[in-house]
Amino acid sequence: MKIVVCLKRVPDTTAKIKPAADGRTVDPQGVEFIISPYDEIALEKAVQLKEAGTATQVTVLCLGPANATKELRKAMAIGADDAVLLTEDRDFRDPAATAEVLAAALTELAPDVVFCGWKAIDNDSATVAGMIAARLDFAYASFVVGIEGVEGQNALRVRREVEGTEEQVLVPAPCVLTAQRGLAEPRFASLKGIMKAKRKPLETKAPADAENASDLVALQPPPPRAAGRILGEGAAGVPELVRVLRDDLGVL
Amino acid sequence: MAYESPDFYGVDELLTEDELLVRDSVRGWVEERIVPDVAEHFKAGVFPLELAREAGELGLLGASLEGYGCAGMGDVVYGLICQELERGDSGIRSFCSVQGSLVMYPIHAFGSEEQKQKWLPQLAAGTAIGCFGLTEPDFGSDPGGMITTAKPTDDGWVMNGAKMWITNGTLADVAVVWAKTPDGIRGFLVEKGTPGYTTNDIDGKWSLRASVTSELVFDDCHLPKDAILPKSVGLKNALMCLNSARFGIAWGAIGAAQACYDEALTHAKTRIIYGKPIGRFQMIQHKLVEMLTEITKAQLLALRLGRLKESGKLHHTQVSMAKRNNVAMALECARTTRDILGASGITDEYVCGRHMANLESVITYEGTHDIHMLIVGMEITGLNALGNE
Repeated sequence: MKIVVCLKRVPDTTAKIKPAADGRTVDPQGVEFIISPYDEIALEKAVQLKEAGTATQVTVLCLGPANATKELRKAMAIGADDAVLLTEDRDFRDPAATAEVLAAALTELAPDVVFCGWKAIDNDSATVAGMIAARLDFAYASFVVGIEGVEGQNALRVRREVEGTEEQVLVPAPCVLTAQRGLAEPRFASLKGIMKAKRKPLETKAPADAENASDLVALQPPPPRAAGRILGEGAAGVPELVRVLRDDLGVL
Repeated sequence: MAYESPDFYGVDELLTEDELLVRDSVRGWVEERIVPDVAEHFKAGVFPLELAREAGELGLLGASLEGYGCAGMGDVVYGLICQELERGDSGIRSFCSVQGSLVMYPIHAFGSEEQKQKWLPQLAAGTAIGCFGLTEPDFGSDPGGMITTAKPTDDGWVMNGAKMWITNGTLADVAVVWAKTPDGIRGFLVEKGTPGYTTNDIDGKWSLRASVTSELVFDDCHLPKDAILPKSVGLKNALMCLNSARFGIAWGAIGAAQACYDEALTHAKTRIIYGKPIGRFQMIQHKLVEMLTEITKAQLLALRLGRLKESGKLHHTQVSMAKRNNVAMALECARTTRDILGASGITDEYVCGRHMANLESVITYEGTHDIHMLIVGMEITGLNALGNE
């Protein structure tokens, strides 16, 4: 079974995001970039499947800037066998164009399973994996929190998180799965892994042609939060608190 | 990753992709496995032994050595490992420094093939622990005066003497011990449990409480012929080990300073006095700017030191300058942070007090602040003020 994990390079979760001078992209100055955390969970699971003998090959695929090689080397240090970077020179790709470009690359890679995080934590669109499945005509299961095993001819029994419970679904390969927290706990790359990753193949190439269906117009930070109000201290503040909750906010 | 280090001069851009990957991996591990519990370990006075094996799995032990299960990465990588570990705690960094620079390095450089095969893979994996015995109760800055001896016998050696202030001493499966022989000072491997070899922990420490510090005692301790490190020929070999460890300390101190600066900056922005954050006051800004300036200078000093080491051009006096400068810098940052934090700074809810106490050891061990000054002084004047004419 061949797995391709789609990874996105995103600003660190704790990075302070500032719009660049163009008013529509992120100013990269002082921002550290990481593999999007849900993608990293998908990668960890794929590597575990390879270690368990279920998968034969794990390839990582990324649409991103030329310096995303660092994130792909990290993925190979964690255990992916090889990597493909579709070098991006545009400053924005909408989800539809992203899915089109990734689907074109996936057609060449011919995987049995495509693994993605359920969303990338920068743009939060959570739509790319579904559109990849539609373009490739692959089966699709989202919010996967467990893989129980392979059944019959290449069908995966997966556990999905649904409101209040979990369901088990039999998904025939080829398929697209999206990873939710709980599927796997990402490991730290070891130094030996980092050394091995230097010798693993990393192919860079241009992405297929695809036009954005929508365009990014502006990136604006949310308005600053108004300062809080101190109604009083200790027990002396309670009457005023009750009055505000009842009369001003109407929640009592 | 929750923590981003101060990088005012974009020093990260001077690091390679591999170096950044290692730095980030170690940083993540420290954030998850050391930062949450180390204050408790410090309070209880215990070394969290489970971390040794985890550090081994990550490849942090003897990372710059080639072969025998070691990662074989560059010297800057080793420095970055020390920096990240010491952001957590100097005691944890000390463990890794001793294991890598003072135990694995001499076995790798001066050991026989059998000694390397036997010890290096286990030490790299963290399944065996080592310690380094050079300093004695009465001989610290002047190790050449040591009284520990190893006398040849028909079937090996007999060792007598004592070693003091030995990190990892009671934990160690193997000790690299330096002793006087008829051929001068030589290195020996002494295994735990050898009759005549005992260890005791040193209690009542104010500093490095999350690390074990011990004395080693040799009382007619009989060692086999092959206990000697065959390629060790004198005190200079022991000093080569220390040079490697000092290199790591010059980097590690930056991590401790960064942890303190991070804490001071956060406090300055959030602590309100007279209706405004204390960071609005000129005196607080002055302190923060001085800290960041000194950290930035130390980063550049360490990185240049690393590149010199990698290119084989490093002189030991350059290591002395960096160890001396960076540790004093870190201690000053810890004290300044304690000051900015006011009363809060004296509790173990904050890191500055622990780093300050730890750094009092770091400024003393592996060549004191003053001894390193005299080493550099001798280099530039050609005149020896150390007293060992």
